[in-house]
Amino acid sequence: MISRAFDLLARRIDGPLMAAILLTSALGLTVVYSASGGGSLDRVLGQARNLALALFALWLFAQVPPQTLMRLALPAYIAGLALLVGVALFGEVRNGARRWLNFGFTTLQPSEVMKIAVPLVLAWYFHRHEETLRLRDFVVAGVMLAIPVGLIARQPDLGTALLVFASGCFVIFLAGLSWKVIVSVAAAAAAAVPFVWPMLHSYQRNRILTLLDPMQDPLGAGYHIIQSTIAIGSGGILGKGWLNGTQAQLDFVPERSTDFILAVFGEEFGLVGTVALVILYVLIVARGMMIAANASTVFSRLAAGAITLTFFTYAFVNMGMVSGILPVVGVPLPMISYGGTALISVLSGLGILMSIATHKQLVSS
Amino acid sequence: MILGQALRDPRRELTVFRNRMMFAGVAILAAFGVLVGRLVWLQVVQRDYYHTLAEQNRISVIPVVPNRGLILDRNGEVLAANYSAYTLEITPSKVANVERSIDELSSVIEVSPRDRRRFRKLQEESKNFESLPIRTRLTEEEVARFAVNRYRFPGFEIKARLFRSYPQGEIASHAIGYIGRINDADLKRLEDAGLTDKYKGTDHIGKLGIEGAYERELHGETGSEQVEIDAGGRAIRSLARTEPQAGNNLVVTLDLEMQKIAEAAFGDYKGALVAIDPRNGDVLALVSRPGFDPNLFVDGIDPQNWDALNNSPDKPLNNRALRGQYPPGSTIKPFMALAALEYHKRTPQFTISDPGYFTLAGVAHRYRDWKKGGHGMVDMHRAIVQSCDTYFYGLANDMGIDAIHEFLSRFGFGTRSGIDIEGELPGLAPSQEWKRERFKQKWYAGDTVSVGIGQGYMLATPLQLATAVATLANGGVPVHPHLLKAVEDARTHVSKAFVPAAGSAPREAAAPIVRPENLAIVRAAMADVTRPGGTAAATGAGAPYTIAAKTGTAQVVGMKQNERYDEKRMKREHWDHALFVAFAPVDNPKLAIAILVENGQHGGSTAGPIARAVFDYYLTGKKPEVKPPPPPPAEIDNEEEHD
Repeated sequence: MISRAFDLLARRIDGPLMAAILLTSALGLTVVYSASGGGSLDRVLGQARNLALALFALWLFAQVPPQTLMRLALPAYIAGLALLVGVALFGEVRNGARRWLNFGFTTLQPSEVMKIAVPLVLAWYFHRHEETLRLRDFVVAGVMLAIPVGLIARQPDLGTALLVFASGCFVIFLAGLSWKVIVSVAAAAAAAVPFVWPMLHSYQRNRILTLLDPMQDPLGAGYHIIQSTIAIGSGGILGKGWLNGTQAQLDFVPERSTDFILAVFGEEFGLVGTVALVILYVLIVARGMMIAANASTVFSRLAAGAITLTFFTYAFVNMGMVSGILPVVGVPLPMISYGGTALISVLSGLGILMSIATHKQLVSS
Repeated sequence: MILGQALRDPRRELTVFRNRMMFAGVAILAAFGVLVGRLVWLQVVQRDYYHTLAEQNRISVIPVVPNRGLILDRNGEVLAANYSAYTLEITPSKVANVERSIDELSSVIEVSPRDRRRFRKLQEESKNFESLPIRTRLTEEEVARFAVNRYRFPGFEIKARLFRSYPQGEIASHAIGYIGRINDADLKRLEDAGLTDKYKGTDHIGKLGIEGAYERELHGETGSEQVEIDAGGRAIRSLARTEPQAGNNLVVTLDLEMQKIAEAAFGDYKGALVAIDPRNGDVLALVSRPGFDPNLFVDGIDPQNWDALNNSPDKPLNNRALRGQYPPGSTIKPFMALAALEYHKRTPQFTISDPGYFTLAGVAHRYRDWKKGGHGMVDMHRAIVQSCDTYFYGLANDMGIDAIHEFLSRFGFGTRSGIDIEGELPGLAPSQEWKRERFKQKWYAGDTVSVGIGQGYMLATPLQLATAVATLANGGVPVHPHLLKAVEDARTHVSKAFVPAAGSAPREAAAPIVRPENLAIVRAAMADVTRPGGTAAATGAGAPYTIAAKTGTAQVVGMKQNERYDEKRMKREHWDHALFVAFAPVDNPKLAIAILVENGQHGGSTAGPIARAVFDYYLTGKKPEVKPPPPPPAEIDNEEEHD
């Protein structure tokens, strides 16, 4: 009985990847407990529920064969676009941004759907045009990417837009866009900065300026970065110990259980903890790259590669911003930060990786 | 440009993909490498720096205000004390609409219009981020009621604090002074003295009197507490504490009982009294009437009370004992007599025939004696006992103003006594030089004649008179009045007798400044002033000890040559001031007194009883039934009592 249940649970699950995921998530729950002030289990239990839901989503996606995913890619993308347009027209405004759709029984953030749908649809597109891949196809792919990114950026949700954009770019990059084009587009983008700058929201401009010099505004925009670097730095090599971080426990670190949870982690577990976390992420990314490299179709290769690189981007952008080397964009730390939506979308992506890894033989044979 | 050619080959395509993945892998490792480098930089290289910052974040050093020292009278009676109570304070910068919040507050605890006015005045005088009291002395019940509604009032805070209280109220208010909130001028003074650190957390400072003069002794040393705080600034727990060192207790020379008796003896009269122990300069009583309640000033006086005190025609805030400069009138006569003996201008036997007036050679103006028709044959003794003006007109004229100036200066006239509280005025012992500088005029012989009876340009404060009389009582050895008797260390409770700082009064050691035989002549005459036939015979009547005294009257408005002083036709505030100086017992003086009763008219009848009440208390222990002097209009003009 038990072994059959285990077999069912372990069906199409990639062992090494799953081990890394569970280890990281357990670490996450530990830090969420500390970041919620200790002494109350409410947040931890909530996050455990989120985790259960996300693991279920992972399991579900792992069961779906890549061919089916490929077939679902376009409808999912179109549905996602429709939802984004819906947000633009009827969306709820919270904290000055129009990001949510209210269905009465639940609210949904359609941009999260796009984090999965965009890389899948682009992988599907390149798979379809595998035989006759031309520059024109890259342009079409670029347009398919630009529409949702533009809609999300308009909400405004710069962080998600950036991540969706990155995931699409990874597909295009892996599909083999010529270096010449990449270099010239990058150069053109750099040249466009002076023109784009005035179009950014003032808070977005502030975030970038604050990154360059957080001390300019120590009590305002720079406060987050200053306090989080103090937290991390003061942790030293071994950390102050679980539940003992003064920056974290005395509320000096803002958003300490969500976007800035690395500050709590770094303060309480020190360099040993932060490096261990980086190693866990490296293991996940390495496993993802192995899966992508061994995938049997263009779609699964591109999808697996893009998902892996996007996962890396999540982890790196968050850790970079909290430690003060990247601007503050609202990106949670995968599997550590409190919050259900991001966790579900991240584990869904990893579920697709597992599907690709475990359905490989079936396809090639 | 066609890329298809290459990509059509699945193997080439796979190679391109793997190359791209390889590239990405290297980029990822590089990125994580940078990240780990950053973490090493923060957590290893810069760890100490960030650790310090984190400690600074969480540790706040809060000053712990020391308890202010007490002020006690010479017998240990408390003149200024501390009590702890709750205040409700508002930090205006944290409140959106202060007025509306106070309206709302008044539905929870009582806020009187007076509280509001006081608060508004405080608000005008202080900075927005300072926490200012809206209500003081909250009851336990009020504290509880506010605590329940606390969430409705952000920026409001209940604080337990020590308050200063002056249990004696108006009694001795001018001597004790008061504390008040530190204002910009005080702050500037503290900065100049380099004391800003020592006053961290202190809201109040001594402003006047003993409280002002001995601020440094009373304040104590500020302690500190290291507190762990959260980001909102709330204290979580105490980490370390350096206890503050309480201010020292001050024992002052005042005798509270004597002070009370003296103040009560004034009744409704305005005026001043200074009582000094001639043997050591202790000021036993320092009265200035009317007084004021110093408790009003402690947490900021409300505008209404301030206006009432400041604009009152009675000037209750003016310390008349130190700052009231009055013509000494006839109380100067013993000193004039002594001056003439010292300068060999008069012998005790020298006698004049008093026609009731004095004239200068070649001048028609008559300097009138207070007694119409004169005193007949008058020698020095009789001139003092009966206060003969004509005798002293001539004496002064023979002395000349500069000799008078020199002699009076020896007794401290015209200079500050150097008493150990601030605000004293110097009075005036005129001289030719002074008039030249002040009025660019030469000195006239007539000016000297008026000075002979303590009028004209001559001015003295009650404190100066008391000091000068104490010097007479002390065998001619100058006396230096002071209010501080001892400092009691707050921790060791060891009392240290206070040695007064050098004042501006002459301090030529303990040698008499006049010849003892001359002093004896004047003291004998002063003793007879309180005996039958003297101008203050009533004062001495029935006393079991002897009193040496001199009465005096100071004109408030000038009289024309032929005008007669008629109190019934004058406004009360134009009535003459009554003066009285005395010491007792004559042979072994223990107390010297100077009294000024504004509009009291007759030194003997209004000021005399006050002196008698004080002497009786001090020398016999007898406390008077409360019996203020009779109201002046009902009094019968009696020659014996007239000056």
